[in-house]
Amino acid sequence: MRHAAAEHFELKHSIHKGDFHLDVDTAIPAAGVTGIFGESGSGKTTLLRCIAGLEHSAGGTSQPVHQRRIGYVFQEPQLFAHLSVRKNIQYGMRRNPGARDILDEASRLLEVSELLDRSTTGLSGGEAQRVSIARVLCQSPRLILMDEPLSALDERRRNEVLPYLDRLHAEWAVPIIYVSHNVAEICRLSDHLLILDRGRIVAEGGLQDVLARIDLPQLGGRNAGAVIDAVPTRYDEAFDLTLFSFSGGEIWAPGRHESPGSRLRISASDVSLSRVAAASSTILNILPATIEATAAESAATELVRLRLGEDRLIARITRRSLQQLELKVGDEVYAQIKSVIVRR
Amino acid sequence: MDFGPLWLSAQLAFVTTLALIVLGAPLAWWLSQNHSRWQPVVQAIVAMPIVLPPTVLGFYLLILLGPHGAIGGWWVKLTGDALTFSFTGLVIASCIYSLPFAVQPMQNAFEALPGKNLEAAWTLGASKLDAFFSVAIPLSIRGFVSASVLAFAHTLGEFGVVLMVGGNIPGKTRVVSIAIYDHVETLNYASAHQLSLVLIVFAFVTLFGMFAINRRWQSR
Repeated sequence: MRHAAAEHFELKHSIHKGDFHLDVDTAIPAAGVTGIFGESGSGKTTLLRCIAGLEHSAGGTSQPVHQRRIGYVFQEPQLFAHLSVRKNIQYGMRRNPGARDILDEASRLLEVSELLDRSTTGLSGGEAQRVSIARVLCQSPRLILMDEPLSALDERRRNEVLPYLDRLHAEWAVPIIYVSHNVAEICRLSDHLLILDRGRIVAEGGLQDVLARIDLPQLGGRNAGAVIDAVPTRYDEAFDLTLFSFSGGEIWAPGRHESPGSRLRISASDVSLSRVAAASSTILNILPATIEATAAESAATELVRLRLGEDRLIARITRRSLQQLELKVGDEVYAQIKSVIVRR
Repeated sequence: MDFGPLWLSAQLAFVTTLALIVLGAPLAWWLSQNHSRWQPVVQAIVAMPIVLPPTVLGFYLLILLGPHGAIGGWWVKLTGDALTFSFTGLVIASCIYSLPFAVQPMQNAFEALPGKNLEAAWTLGASKLDAFFSVAIPLSIRGFVSASVLAFAHTLGEFGVVLMVGGNIPGKTRVVSIAIYDHVETLNYASAHQLSLVLIVFAFVTLFGMFAINRRWQSR
């Protein structure tokens, strides 16, 4: 890994493992979270291991692992059982000359201050993973790699750790590469997205732009859908709904939300289209949109990309409906949005 | 009671154990991390003293360490003394005789290290050597205790190799097992009983201590 420009990390790695071949040559922003999404076996972990120096790839530097200052959060926390929580967190700090003593700051961010003097053996899965993230922060890395850090946790523990990752993203300046096969996690955390398939990058770019693509089989099925960054403007207490405003209009979502950097996830299967605005409908959100592109997803279904202001939505409709309504690129339609999930 | 042989045995076992831990740990580490086709070859060589009769081992060590042997001749040139029938020679012979008893527990402990602990240590800024000392060894401490106890006890009990390489020189190579043999040969059963009882009690106490410690660590 080298600095291509001050604001980019260059990723150039090529490696053969049996009949698997990883070949990546790109640059990612040196700020924010870059999500790497792909099915298992797509080479996500291998790519991370190449970046960290745990695998030797052609194209990468030969700098030894311990001199790279690249933090690695593994699926399992990998805490050292012979050291207390505090000593674990200090392990990397003491070994990186120039690392500031940020134990208190990191412990506060991840709320592990209470655990510092405990042994690592009594920690819950979620606590242990938080400690391992604090340990990585304290080594003052110039990049953090996260390899499905929540996949070893059950649903409840996962939801317990996710808010800390949000905070890390919001409050800590260090760039993160976040690997996952879970689109929901990727949508919530990433700014930039890279899709890996059989060792190759098939798509990369800003999160919204990549998710708006309807030509990628990796983003078909239940992964199809768009995200919209929006600002909450009003809370309706009587019905527990929040009104968000975004470039394409206004949209209601359940629950109370106040974060000005909210992110809405709208699944393709929750969007339907009509030629006219339904006068009385149970659907809360009906927004005018323009058809930007269509692509066959299966023999029966079609994915339709819609433009609303600067933002885009994806709708899944049957190919029969597409024909009956004679929908084509450039048409003005109404998007009926059945469900909106607030991801952050 | 004749304490001379007991004291000599204790010294020999102590020095041998120390040498085996210091030299055996890197060997055990190599065996645990190496996946080349040479690994089983080295593994087999290390385990040989378990199955070879001590007399075979002692016979070849006698030739090797003797004043005309490869190592012994070199030693004579270097120091002017012979290795055979000397304490130093006994230490070398004991190290080879007890090698598997020290290496195998350490190797097992290294192989049982949790998942990617070492990789985590490297990414946190520890060099391979640093991670070996700060993560691998502390987490393998049980293996080191077992290795020490077994190497010490096994060296204490050796007979054939010592007899071949060291002979029976009081104060120099007359260790406790040789002394017992001597007492029996001269029908001095009372002395043989005394020394034997000491060894029996010692063997039980150390093995009991080791298993008790292991059990306590397991339940932790």
